[in-house]
Amino acid sequence: METLELTQEEQFQARIDADVRIEPKDWMPDAYRKTLIRQISQHAHSELVGMLPEGNWITRAPSLKRKSILLAKVQDEAGHGLYLYSAAETLGASRDQMLADLHSGKAKYSSIFNYPTLSWADMGCVGWLVDGAAILNQVPLCRTSYGPYARAMVRVCKEESFHQRQGFEIMQTLCEGSPEQKAMAQEGLNRWWWPTLMMFGPKDSESPNTAQSMNWRIKRFTNDELRQKFVDMMVPQAEFLGLTVPDPNLKWNEAKQGYDFGDVDWEEFWNVVKGNGMCNKERLQARVQAHEEGAWVREAALAHAEKRKQREAVAA
Amino acid sequence: MTQKEWPLWEVFIRSKQGLDHKHVGSLHAADAEMAIQNARDVYTRRLEGVSIWVVESTNVHASNPDDAAAFYEPANDKIYRHPTFYQVPDSIKHM
Repeated sequence: METLELTQEEQFQARIDADVRIEPKDWMPDAYRKTLIRQISQHAHSELVGMLPEGNWITRAPSLKRKSILLAKVQDEAGHGLYLYSAAETLGASRDQMLADLHSGKAKYSSIFNYPTLSWADMGCVGWLVDGAAILNQVPLCRTSYGPYARAMVRVCKEESFHQRQGFEIMQTLCEGSPEQKAMAQEGLNRWWWPTLMMFGPKDSESPNTAQSMNWRIKRFTNDELRQKFVDMMVPQAEFLGLTVPDPNLKWNEAKQGYDFGDVDWEEFWNVVKGNGMCNKERLQARVQAHEEGAWVREAALAHAEKRKQREAVAA
Repeated sequence: MTQKEWPLWEVFIRSKQGLDHKHVGSLHAADAEMAIQNARDVYTRRLEGVSIWVVESTNVHASNPDDAAAFYEPANDKIYRHPTFYQVPDSIKHM
């Protein structure tokens, strides 16, 4: 029995190495399934919770155009969450269980959404920086080894670039506006820069699961590789806007053809992960409340469907 | 707390007239009508479709990937089903 199991696992790895996608009904190691369910559901939760900081500004968007754009963006986040939950369900996870894990605090979501959105510039920063970082994380996932996850990510990535562009446009508009508006943009960048760098996760040396995930091609780049790419990509954009990246150690390194930059405050990172960020409680509370207040709708819809089915059966 | 999940539906979308419906993902809905409306909101926010099919996931029956080798084997040795199996003289046109 044991040798058979080993062969199966070896065959599985050979398929992965040959870049053959794994599909829902294929044999897969338990740990692969568990890792994917955890990663995909965390990702879905992030999309769901990610609606909250931006939802905060829908009623206060400065124009009808900005309000329409923000509404469309928040609706996209909901859609992204749904694509991802549906991908996780193909692995045998139940939607109710995933939501219960989010609501109980057992499951994590991206810590970036535990920071408050205090000014309109934050809508620019979330789109430009946070979605920019998300895109870097997500584009390689379009080639991830699990088919349904990869396909969901293709869909997500197609929609995400509008998110980043609208954020950049908000920043550009502010930077070309009055001195107060430009100061608001700079203040937003000051608050969002470091939390955004944290989005790529702990340093490679402190990310024990990375090697296995890379081996399974669930992950395609390490946290530090992506963080470096992000800094190299964003610094010229900040310069274009006339904004200063809040890092005194930021310096172009000719030899590596990339920027050297300061160390992230890892104590803050772990503190927010552990639930002590500025908005952890508020975010979870909002999710739980929405879920509970929607309970009667879910029940009523089921009852209605059931009644209709019975009526049709009688009529037939 | 809710006692029961809405059933799961598989969603198929025709992206434009003349093309097949293609599987795009799944979603939960209480009934078929709601599944179609939700599919519109989840999968066609950018004109991705002109027609939607939904099928309750429990009604989808699938072949078993573990049997794939034996199951598709009969097609393997019948290369004469492909036009490239036949040699056509160079002087013959329109074939």
